Amino acid sequence: MESRAHRFQANAADSLANPVLQANLRTAKGKFVDKRAIALRELGEADAFEATREAARAVRDSVLGDIDLWLEKFEENAVARGAAVLWARDGAEICRLVAEIGRRHGVAKAVKSKSMLSEEAGLNLALEASGIRPVETDLGEYILQINRNEPPSHIIAPVVHKSLDEVADLFHSVHKTPRKTEIPALTREAREVLREHFLTAEMGISGGNFLIAETGSVALVTNEGNGRMVTTLPRVHVVITGIEKVIPTLEDLCLLMRLLPRSATGQSISNYVSVLTGVKRPDEHDGPEHLYFILVDNGRADVVGSEFRDMLRCIRCGACMNHCPVYQTIGGHAYGWVYPGPMGSVLTPLYTGIENAIDLPQAATLCNQCGVVCPVKIPLPDLLRKLREKQVERNLRPRFERGALKVWAWVARHPTLYGIGARLGVRYLKWLAGGKPSIAVLGTAPEWTKGRDFPAPEGRTFRELYARRRGKP
Amino acid sequence: MRVALFVTCLVDLMRPKIGFAAIELLEAAGCTVVVPTRQTCCGQPAWNSGDRAAAAQLAKKVIAEFEGFEHVVAPSGSCADHIRNEYPVLLAGAPEWQARARALAPRVHELTDFLVRVARLERVPGCFAGRVTYHDSCAGLRRLGIKAQPRDLLARLPGIELQEMSGAEECCGFGGAFSLKFGEIAAAIAQRKCACACATGAAAIVGGDLGCLLNIEGKLRRMGDETTRVLHIAEVLTAK
Ligand code: SF4
Repeated sequence: MESRAHRFQANAADSLANPVLQANLRTAKGKFVDKRAIALRELGEADAFEATREAARAVRDSVLGDIDLWLEKFEENAVARGAAVLWARDGAEICRLVAEIGRRHGVAKAVKSKSMLSEEAGLNLALEASGIRPVETDLGEYILQINRNEPPSHIIAPVVHKSLDEVADLFHSVHKTPRKTEIPALTREAREVLREHFLTAEMGISGGNFLIAETGSVALVTNEGNGRMVTTLPRVHVVITGIEKVIPTLEDLCLLMRLLPRSATGQSISNYVSVLTGVKRPDEHDGPEHLYFILVDNGRADVVGSEFRDMLRCIRCGACMNHCPVYQTIGGHAYGWVYPGPMGSVLTPLYTGIENAIDLPQAATLCNQCGVVCPVKIPLPDLLRKLREKQVERNLRPRFERGALKVWAWVARHPTLYGIGARLGVRYLKWLAGGKPSIAVLGTAPEWTKGRDFPAPEGRTFRELYARRRGKP
Repeated sequence: MRVALFVTCLVDLMRPKIGFAAIELLEAAGCTVVVPTRQTCCGQPAWNSGDRAAAAQLAKKVIAEFEGFEHVVAPSGSCADHIRNEYPVLLAGAPEWQARARALAPRVHELTDFLVRVARLERVPGCFAGRVTYHDSCAGLRRLGIKAQPRDLLARLPGIELQEMSGAEECCGFGGAFSLKFGEIAAAIAQRKCACACATGAAAIVGGDLGCLLNIEGKLRRMGDETTRVLHIAEVLTAK
């Protein structure tokens, strides 16, 4: 997918100016945040969540320490169960490999369940170009696909930015059916359309929540059941997932599953949890005849050995964005690439180039709400700050900003000069306020007064007043 | 107990009253308060902008000026957190300074935390009546565990009624430089905060970090609310 992250400011302004989106974001926020809070209480007292996430962090960290070994082990066990394991360096390689597999097996149609990697690669367009029709079967992804391949705005709830009304209009115009406004009627309509595709597709494409090294399996966490259809009905199943998704054992899966659905949707467990191992054996009734794993780098291997390694612990629960004040305000599309919110603001620069997503690491208040909800304890604010440091090191910040910071930092080390500057500054601001309690337009900080006033200072600095007070007996 | 006041650059510039209120509270708790006069800023703006070198220079300055005191108190969770938790990180390249930062860290406190847990203030000097609501600033809350301390102190004022707002722990949208770079997003976040605060019917929104308070007050005034007061907790606890 082509990144529009460099247009962040404009994207965000569009989001703020869109009243329908704003209303949809408000509804979504309450749902996610409250449900998660309730679900986590099931783990026990607050410290039970802390203990569980510490254990999850440790598992994910230790895998990343030896990721090559765990991937080899996974490959060995997956191959032993009849799967083929392929490696893709980037999105273009994913597209090429999937198209090749399709050609080899005479595929005309592929049904897909959710895969963020396929978004990274822009797989749907590539498949169409090579004569394979991709059909998204996750309800959200399906809605986006029939809406002219609109990108998702959330990693687990791709259409969270849309209202019921918008979906009703879309179904009415695309399916050419009478307009329905009840959710069950709409889902039924989608199901009817999709059923036909499940039965006729030759290939199923899925993502993978985890790869289990000891068994060579992929674990899928879904709610709609489409994942099972995609992975069992077609002759060919292709799993596309990032190399960082590998975990050692099924026990580790159990541990992570205590956190993933609770953090994501506030469910104790998702409606479906599938652990798929190998191809259909002679004595089995269902399952694919051919199973391929495409394990993708696309920037990840470089991160393993970097100071950003913690980010690869991510289990894609979405809690960080659900709790992010910025995401809650502008929604996912504004971030411009596949991953939104705090995790996206770290991943997008790492995977698409720091220079191509300059605003994302800056567009955070560092409130650490993301850091305290992340089920694998990724220090997201620290990583965002480190990315800011990279921007400075590589001279990517605007000249004015760099200059201003340098001058300020120099003056701040010279107290006498600083005192004089501060004195003049506050007098100027006080004069600007003209006796009013706040300033409506501030030329020196125009962004501040776009949507807020700037409260007027008292007019004297503390150091002045304190010196005066000390001067008196 | 000899305590150094870290005034914070925002209080110095915008609301000196808060600094004097902090001194009054510390003295009421029996402390001897010293205000090192060469202090400027803790350097957090540089650190959060990614300028490690500038942040480290300012950190060294603060350490040198404050390490001789038994305790250092700041009327800001954000600055206290920066000195306590970030100095040792940002000085990683200078082991000797890092050791000094580590030695200073446990003696740096946010004001309300210090008053309740360390100095054990008994009688709050102020007198404030009416309904207030409290905004938990992010760094204080999530990095220093400041939640009960300000409420404990407020509850000692006879005639005050604390009405909690929904989402009290949510960020107000200030975020330092974020406010200046993404003004409209910051203002939209602040709008939610103001709506929650005003829904309590409070006459004053109280908090422990001036940055957040300026953000909230700026939004309130822009929304046309000229009456709801926005106060630092030190001002409330010393109100006459
Ligand atoms: S960074 Fe943490 S909270 Fe965000 S999606 Fe990943 S695991 Fe979930």
